[in-house]
Amino acid sequence: MNIGVIIPLVIFLVLIFIIGLWSSKKVESPTGGFLQDYFLGGRELGGFVLAMTMVATYGSASSFLGGPGTAYTMGFGWVLLAMTQVVTGYFILLVLGKKFSILARKYNAITLIDFLKVRYNSSVVVLLAAISMIIFLFSAMTAQWVGGGRLIESLTGVQYTTALFIFAISVLVYVVIGGFRAVAVTDAVQGAVMVIGTLILLIAVIIAGGGVPNIIQDLLAENPRLLTPYGNEGNLSAAYVSSFWILVGVGVVGLPQMAVRAMSYKNTRSMHRALVIGTIVTGFIMLNMHLIGIFARPILPGVEIADSVIPLVTLKVLPAWLAGIVLAAPLAAIMSTVDSLLILVSSSIVKDVYINYIKPDASEKSIKRLSFGVTTLLGSIVFLLALDPPDLLIFLNLFAFGGLEAAFIWPVVLGLYWSYGNKYGAIASMLTGIISYIALHFYNEAYGNLFGMHTVVLPVILSLLAYVACSLLIKKTKYIF
Amino acid sequence: MDPRFKIAHREAWIGVGLAVAHFVWWFGFAYGLGSRPVEEYTYILGFPDWFFYSCIIGFILISVTVIVLAKYILKDVSFEEEGDES
Repeated sequence: MNIGVIIPLVIFLVLIFIIGLWSSKKVESPTGGFLQDYFLGGRELGGFVLAMTMVATYGSASSFLGGPGTAYTMGFGWVLLAMTQVVTGYFILLVLGKKFSILARKYNAITLIDFLKVRYNSSVVVLLAAISMIIFLFSAMTAQWVGGGRLIESLTGVQYTTALFIFAISVLVYVVIGGFRAVAVTDAVQGAVMVIGTLILLIAVIIAGGGVPNIIQDLLAENPRLLTPYGNEGNLSAAYVSSFWILVGVGVVGLPQMAVRAMSYKNTRSMHRALVIGTIVTGFIMLNMHLIGIFARPILPGVEIADSVIPLVTLKVLPAWLAGIVLAAPLAAIMSTVDSLLILVSSSIVKDVYINYIKPDASEKSIKRLSFGVTTLLGSIVFLLALDPPDLLIFLNLFAFGGLEAAFIWPVVLGLYWSYGNKYGAIASMLTGIISYIALHFYNEAYGNLFGMHTVVLPVILSLLAYVACSLLIKKTKYIF
Repeated sequence: MDPRFKIAHREAWIGVGLAVAHFVWWFGFAYGLGSRPVEEYTYILGFPDWFFYSCIIGFILISVTVIVLAKYILKDVSFEEEGDES
């Protein structure tokens, strides 16, 4: 691999490293207690950082590698599907919105589970939520680490183990030392790199393909179905594509790594700014990265492995140094997802499990040591798991995604807005969501998608029914907010 | 009830409404125009018409709507008031 590509990548990693360390300085003198500072950045994110950390946390390997690679094969139908993600830019902040921020402050909630704990006043809810979060996010995190290691491997030519090690070190150090604030600030930089990389590559690919009309004519000549919403073989149904509105659209509101960000901002002005920036940036990245995937087809026919479409086309259409800058974007996407998941899982173990149930009276100093320790330990375990990588990156990622959404969406959303929601509803909803998700997943694997929809749809509906039914039937009470 | 909740509830409904409108636009153009035979597609700036309206114009409209919301419709509330931090 070209040394010219490696230099910008190394500069990027070093830059992230420095920024991470720099932003962690503030943790030394916390204002609202160590926990709030380490796991929530002291609730003082501004609009730009809030928007970028949401986009960057959400945008992962699949937005930059797997997704565009699939668009390369499937055509415009897959871009249509990817555009369902634009809704996340405004929906999460508007729907959780001000009520979530007000209540989180009132309850002194630092994690999503803190909120559930006060709202439902039930240790079963807390433990169930913590366990499902730790298990599901762990698998998501491992998939992303594998993605990060593989990407570095394919870009630099170093061995997978070495690549993974480089990746682990660059992420771990600033997360451990700097906590949530370092995660958010580096996310902002990584988000900016993602936007710039997307823009450069889009322009280069359009020029290389001889302009959009030209590229479209090439696609039409190759297979007219590439231009339809139904995929290259005509097997992307409207029901299936629409069900992604739940999986990667409105359902994202139930993902703990997103929800926790909706309680981390300073004031409503930051939130309003983040709405605008988040929506535009998400749309920009999703639209253009997936278009790049399609446009790459006439330029570079015959790529077999979806994940390698973007790296290959980048190296083909750009000079080495510029390719290095562009390829920092998927790396940034992966790092910014991993760091957020790492700090979240760590917060769940330290705050939701340890302080809640094992040692409520732990001293500030021991909490601090524990937080650093748990984060480091988690990172090391994920590293070891990622050494022997499981296949199908998107698959694992989406599995964790859907399962968590089905578990959390109603306990969070209805817990916020529906006075009659109670702990029985929440427990039933989480169990129904997870169990039906896993069951349906295996059913769909074996017999094809039930009703032609993605696995996530039915579990989300079932968990809603369970929530409402159990809240009304078992010890119905009105919660006063 | 905390008067701030009234604002919060209204804005949550705005979020739901916007998502529904967004979905209708996205779905309507994608499958309304996109289900014609490919030979009948027209092309705008090079893109198939269904895609141009559904995804490109749709995205621009949503961005404009969100800007208008943030500027004129959403209200600032304070997170500081009431000393119930205990």
